[in-house]
Amino acid sequence: MADKTIELEKVVVKFAGDSGDGMQLTGTQFTETSALFGNDVATFPDFPAEIRAPQGTVAGVSGFQVHIGRIEINTPGDAADVLIAMNPAALKSNIPQLEKGKTIIVDIDTFKRKDFEKAKFDGNPLEDGTLNDFKIIEAPISSITRESLKDMGMDNKSMMRCKNMFALGMVYWMFSKPLDNTIEFLNRKFKNKQLIIDANIKTLKAGYHFAETIEALPSAYSVLPADLKKGTYRSITGNQATAWGFLAASENSGRPLFLGSYPITPASDVLHELSKHKHFGVTSFQAEDEIAGVSSALGASYAGNLAITTTSGPGLALKSEAIGLAVMTELPLVVVDIQRGGPSTGLPTKTEQSDLLQALYGRNGESPTIVIAGSTPSNCFDYAYQAAKLAMEHVTPVILLTDGYIANGAEPWKIPQINELAEIKPNFAIEGTENWQPYARDERKLAREWAIPGMKGLEHRIGGLEKEDITGNVCYLPDNHEKMCNIRQEKVNRVSEFIPEQEIYGDDSGDLLIVGWGGTYGHLYSAVKKMRENGKSISLAHFNYINPLPKNTQAVFSKFKKVLVCELNLGQFSNYLQSKFPDIYFEKYNKVQGFPFAVHELITEFESKI
Amino acid sequence: MSEVQNPTLTHKDFSSDQDVRWCPGCGDYAILKAMQRALPSMNNKKENFVFISGIGCSSRFPYYMNTYGFHTIHGRAPAIATGTKLANPELSVWQITGDGDALAIGGNHFIHALRRNIDINIMLFNNEIYGLTKGQFSPTSKTGIKTKSSPQGTTDQPFSPGELAMGAQASYFARVVDTDLKLMEATFIQAEKYKGTSLIEILQNCPIFNDKTHSDITGKDVKLDAQLILEHGQPMIFGKEKNKGLILDGFELKVVEIGKNNVAEKDILVHDKYNPNPILHTMLIRMRPPYFPVALGVIREAPRESFNQGISRQIYEAKEASHFSNVQDLLNSGDTWKI
Repeated sequence: MADKTIELEKVVVKFAGDSGDGMQLTGTQFTETSALFGNDVATFPDFPAEIRAPQGTVAGVSGFQVHIGRIEINTPGDAADVLIAMNPAALKSNIPQLEKGKTIIVDIDTFKRKDFEKAKFDGNPLEDGTLNDFKIIEAPISSITRESLKDMGMDNKSMMRCKNMFALGMVYWMFSKPLDNTIEFLNRKFKNKQLIIDANIKTLKAGYHFAETIEALPSAYSVLPADLKKGTYRSITGNQATAWGFLAASENSGRPLFLGSYPITPASDVLHELSKHKHFGVTSFQAEDEIAGVSSALGASYAGNLAITTTSGPGLALKSEAIGLAVMTELPLVVVDIQRGGPSTGLPTKTEQSDLLQALYGRNGESPTIVIAGSTPSNCFDYAYQAAKLAMEHVTPVILLTDGYIANGAEPWKIPQINELAEIKPNFAIEGTENWQPYARDERKLAREWAIPGMKGLEHRIGGLEKEDITGNVCYLPDNHEKMCNIRQEKVNRVSEFIPEQEIYGDDSGDLLIVGWGGTYGHLYSAVKKMRENGKSISLAHFNYINPLPKNTQAVFSKFKKVLVCELNLGQFSNYLQSKFPDIYFEKYNKVQGFPFAVHELITEFESKI
Repeated sequence: MSEVQNPTLTHKDFSSDQDVRWCPGCGDYAILKAMQRALPSMNNKKENFVFISGIGCSSRFPYYMNTYGFHTIHGRAPAIATGTKLANPELSVWQITGDGDALAIGGNHFIHALRRNIDINIMLFNNEIYGLTKGQFSPTSKTGIKTKSSPQGTTDQPFSPGELAMGAQASYFARVVDTDLKLMEATFIQAEKYKGTSLIEILQNCPIFNDKTHSDITGKDVKLDAQLILEHGQPMIFGKEKNKGLILDGFELKVVEIGKNNVAEKDILVHDKYNPNPILHTMLIRMRPPYFPVALGVIREAPRESFNQGISRQIYEAKEASHFSNVQDLLNSGDTWKI
């Protein structure tokens, strides 16, 4: 430890390097160590769609930003306080976001002419004044790594694979973090590969000691543990939380979990996570395509499983017809869309909220589904659970929207008690019911009963052709069709009686109401909080229930002079709200750059509205 | 409680109250009848039979069966049936499909079901035409066929469903004709016993849009010479006089007459449906009149673990090996900290 340790409220660190440099792993390690220490954390992994883009180019830069604090942390931070740039390309792609005076650690060994050229710098940025506004720490990361491993009998390529540990070691020293957690991790990850374990630990320590020794780092910093609610915590990403929410729903409903899915970024991690948990009776089926993913799930739902399918925007487009079949046959189904930049293949690894209208309306015919959204990495657990509950209790498809930002981002999560979660009571038919009718409904929810093959005496036929009310027989009569369209719509509308009312952060009336939905919560909340601390009359209504909307929605909007809807698209939610509440004027603030909002840009916008 | 035996079921128990709406003379009527007759002989409870179809004339089939039935969307029935079977392996799952549904829009799901060997029974009604959309050519229509969408005749090569299935690693393939009720009934019963994807191609006549497309096989005057009904372990003999048979001549099959050119019954190839090697099965599948008879009955039944057995085994093994007794254990596992 340094002689002098300066305490910080919060700090944002970004690791950036080639996509083969191990930046995601490095960032995750720093996050976990900080979380274990008791900091509040939020992360933002940002990587290219290509697995190994050309080495040394800006296109190939992979980054991992982490915000740690002793105070409440709701976003990964607008920009880094400390940037670790493993090569000129990593520097190039991050300079525009950095504020003056911030610290940059560079691997000086990678600053050769050919490296600048690859990164499209005109000259050496370390010498030509490009970096005059920043504190630069030049660290010979590659050469010291090589030097410290020279006697271990490794080839150069294997040695260079350890250099991310050198960078991590330096950052651990800078922020007064212990190495134990990462050493334990390395022992676990490379079990039975002693040479790799030894080399990584040696490099980690070399980085730590290098930072301690050089004069460029006059002091170390520390970020003390945050004042979080009492309880047991763990770090969790949005995709992991989504997967676990379904596991919990399966256990609490007694229905085995079936996942039918086709790999797609950024949703594949849910497939990976659930595939690890067959011991809970999970059937994870990697289908031949997106359509087979949703279709197999619907087939499993028909046979009584809690059935889900996971995808991203292009996959949701392919699943439309089968979701329509779920609407018509009124079977429980959860479709998870982890949104990314679109249209078409778009920006596979970047975040966006532009599938909202596709989720609401992207099917043929009058085809309403329940649509809900997670808004933080950890609450994806709650909304996955809720999606499963609504699907099985209302016997209808539910679309759960998350996005690449919360799916890959991590935060501390106060571990819930599964037995304290809301009960799930699937709306099953009862075997032996006389004169049972497949399209008879309960009065409150309008849900039909779920009768599954194997139930004696309830044999019946369902399908995509229009159903006759009550009997479910094929029926083409005009009045019946209109009646059934209205019933299916009303069934979804009535879900508003079974979901919580919309909450407001701040006063329930005032000058400006900020409205958001889904994964923008952390940024919107942070911006509104800061402005409220400065005495501004501003509040936040952040939506998780999109269709139907909570029943007090109009009342929430009507008490503010201005309503500003902020989204990572061109205004889909605001247009939706405008169509529902034509008497209210919804202003828009939109961003479609593949990135989350930045808190400072939100504040600038909000101030212009008051 | 003692086991309650199901009362003996008859074909009437499997007939639904819905009016059958196929065209008069459609081959589907005979298939429906054969299925309703076959089901009571299968060793399963009535409530465990599920019929899942796609879109097309044949796909209306589930509405006419008094069982669980699911009329789904075009081409996707194999995927839906796969989910149903995985969710409840006790069910006897039947996929009803046609040449358009299975081989055009649903080709991908069809080949992957066969490759995985999910334990479902696929009844492929092959009438070599689109019926429900009123008479366009299908992927099995003969080259040159003139239809509303091919007024000058088609120029494309048709699929042979059996050969396509062999290429997709199918373990079970049978073929029947809609004119032979007994053979259909017997074949359906056999197919149900096979624990894997049982594909049954039914050569079915569409009297409206493609009448007599199979008449070179099913015609009363020609059928004995044009049909070879296979039985496992029996020599492959056919013909009005039961005097024709198959032998291997080099790498090709050859039709011979018993008693001529020193050919005796013992020289005739014996059918081995269990042979894992699909080459001879494929040769049998390829046979067409006029030189060859069409092979009917169970052509291939190669033993292989079914997809659902594999999945169930993995779930069982994972449960045995797991140290988590519930989801709470998972949530509490790994790196956690207290505040």
